[in-house]
Order: sequence, then C-alpha cells, then structure tokens
Amino acid sequence: MSLNGFTIQLLIGTKLTVFVAVGALMLGLIFGLIGAAAKLCKNKFINLIAGSVTSVIKGFPELIVLFAVYFGGTALLTKLFHHYVDVNALVAGIFALSLIFGAYATETLKGAFLAVPKGQAAAAQVLGLTKKQTFFHILLPQVWRHALPGLSNLWLVLLKDTALISLIGLADLMNKAQLAASETSKPFTFYCAAGLLYLIMTTLSYVVIKFFIKKVNKYEIA
Amino acid sequence: MEIISGIMVTIELMLISLLIGLAAAIFMTLIYQSKSWYLKTPIDIFIFLVRGTPMLLQFFIIYYGSAQFAWLKASPLWMIFKDPFYCAVIALAINTSAYTTVLFKGAINSVPQGEKDACKVLGLSKFQAMWHVILPHALRIVLPAYSNEVIMVLKGTSLASTITVLELTGISHQIASQTYMFVETFLLAGLIYFALNMIIIGVFKKLEKKLAFVSAT
Repeated sequence: MSLNGFTIQLLIGTKLTVFVAVGALMLGLIFGLIGAAAKLCKNKFINLIAGSVTSVIKGFPELIVLFAVYFGGTALLTKLFHHYVDVNALVAGIFALSLIFGAYATETLKGAFLAVPKGQAAAAQVLGLTKKQTFFHILLPQVWRHALPGLSNLWLVLLKDTALISLIGLADLMNKAQLAASETSKPFTFYCAAGLLYLIMTTLSYVVIKFFIKKVNKYEIA
Repeated sequence: MEIISGIMVTIELMLISLLIGLAAAIFMTLIYQSKSWYLKTPIDIFIFLVRGTPMLLQFFIIYYGSAQFAWLKASPLWMIFKDPFYCAVIALAINTSAYTTVLFKGAINSVPQGEKDACKVLGLSKFQAMWHVILPHALRIVLPAYSNEVIMVLKGTSLASTITVLELTGISHQIASQTYMFVETFLLAGLIYFALNMIIIGVFKKLEKKLAFVSAT
C-alpha cells in the first residue's frame, strides 16, 4: 500500500495526538482529584455542585463540550474584553478533553478513595504522621492501585476522543489523514492508515497498562 | 423550530442504530458460543478493530472512504453509501454491536453453570437452552450496563453532524454560526442531550424493575 509520501505527515499528526492526549490526561487527573475531593467532603452544598457539574458534562456529547469550549470560549472572552479574542485551538482542545476525562475520573477516584480501609488513616494518625504525610504516603499510593483499572479505560477513551480536535482545525492524526485523503482522493486508504496508527497506540497503551496493573498488585493478597 | 427537527433526527439515528446493533450483537454472541476458532476469531478481530479506533474515524471511513471504490459507486449499494444518514446509522450500528457483544459475552459467562446444566438435564437442545433460558437471563444481567451503551450511542449520534447530517449538533452548529450565540446554543443543545439521557436512564430503571426476578432478594 503506497501512501504517496504522506507517511511522515501522518506520523507528525500522531505526535500531536499523543501530546494532546497526555496533556488532557494530566490536567484531567487534576480535575478528577478536585472532583473526588469535592464529592467526598462533608459540605452538602459542595457535594451537590460537584455531582451536578460532573453529571452534566457526562451527559453532553464530547463534540458539544469541545464546541462549547472552543467557539463558546471565543464568544465569551470577546464579550468580556470588548474586542475579538481568539481562543487557541490547542488549549481549547486539551481543556475540553480534560474536562470530559475529569468528570469520569471523579467517580473512579472517589471509589478508589473509599476502597482504602479507614484503619489505614487511623493507623497513620496513631503513628504520628501529619495529615499531609498520611495523604501522600499512605492514602494516595493505595488510591492509585484501586483507580488504575478505571483510569486505564478512561485513558483509552480519551486517546480515541482526541480525534475530535481535528474538527477545530488542529493538525492531529485525524486531520492529517483528512488532508492526505482529499489531496490524493484515496480517502479509504488514508483513513485505514490512520486507523492502524490508532490501533497501535491503543494496543501499546493496553500492554503498558497491563504491566502496571500487575506491578501495583504485586503484593496484593489474592 | 429547526431544533425540534434536529432532535427528531437524533432520536431516529439512535433508535435505528440501536436496533440493528442489538440484533447484530445477539447474532455475534450466539456464534461466539461455538467452539470453533474460525467462527470466533473474526468476531474477536472485529471487536478489536472497532474498539481500538475513534468513532469519528469510523464515520469517515464509511462515508468518505466508500467513495474511493468505483465498483461500489456503480453498484446499487451506492444508494446507501451516498446518503450521510445511512452511513451514520451503519457507523453507529457497527460501533454499538461490537461493544454490546462484549457485554453479552460477559453476561453469558456469568449465568450460573447450574442453570446451563439444568437445561441439559431437562433435555433442551443447545439452541433451546440458549434462546429460552440463558439469553433471557443474560439480558437481565446486562441491562444496567446496556443503558450506558445506549447513552454512548446517543452521544455518538452527534458525530453524524461531521458527515453533514443535520441532527441536533449539526443544527446547533448552524444556528450558532448564524446568530453568533455560541455559548447559548451549545449549552441548550447539551442540555437537550442531557434531558434525553435522563429519559433513557428512567426507561431502563423501569425496565429493570419489570424484568427483575420475582424471587430475587
């Protein structure tokens, strides 16, 4: 299968896809942690807000979230500053994807926090650890272990959702495939080539995730 | 109102794809129960391909990709592939059939072995056991997870706008670019999707109650 020299272009697009996915993963994890903390705190009002925000984002199609952030962000900022403000597509793309990731991760992380036995925190307290020490050295390592399977699934979803950023003009893998398709009038060939690259990414992720899950559960008593 | 017609197209897309996808998933699940690898492997490959690639790509392959083949354009099949609505239905149905097959496979495995043995003892044929006992039980097990799948399909219909179908997202995009009310329009569209989600969740809650075992505790 000849790709008419577009192979390099597809690979450049893949680089942006990975960059956006990793960026959205990191920001999304922060959103998820904030969301989980908000859902677990004792204030009923904060619980309610966190609950509604996450379920609304989860109820919106990913495309609508992206358009709302990108087009809506431009319109909103323009009104705010009284002159035209162009929202950077890359920032909007990463932000929208991390909002979606964060909304789903909130539930996963909340469950993971609850899965750590209460006695762990109590024991840490008895041993004289500060709250900060308890959180970072006792709770968080265990939270990751419980959250890893759920977060891995979300990562695979995120990786595929990055294809949407091509619709706001970012030159990701999907966008490069579109470009090559229209230039060579071989859309099937190029979309399949892009599909192959996505498959390689998802399969590679899957293998790495399996390795990590095995690693973090090394000392788990079956 | 244009929005109303958009909602109707969205619902149509969702229901038709779900119906086809469900039928295909049941078919594939039944085939998968056989022990021969040459029946199982193609299904495994199909699931791998669908789950490993973005849905947007699948829409593009079917709608834009099909135009690459002159023989397809000359055949009567082109009536289907030249229509973006049908292409969206095909893409969504393929997608949901793969994910649903995975759900069904898991559900059938979780039907207690005793039940399968009982069917054998009662002299039911393999097909009878599957059709009258195991599948209905598996459907009950799978119902909560399937409601998530229905919501995924509903959200997936928004991608049809990228291949020029004027469903809810497509119409909203059009209205937004005409009126410059981007925030309001997309928020409204999002909330309509959200409301449809709530309806789906409500319907499935009712269904679960109706189908629950009477003796279940």
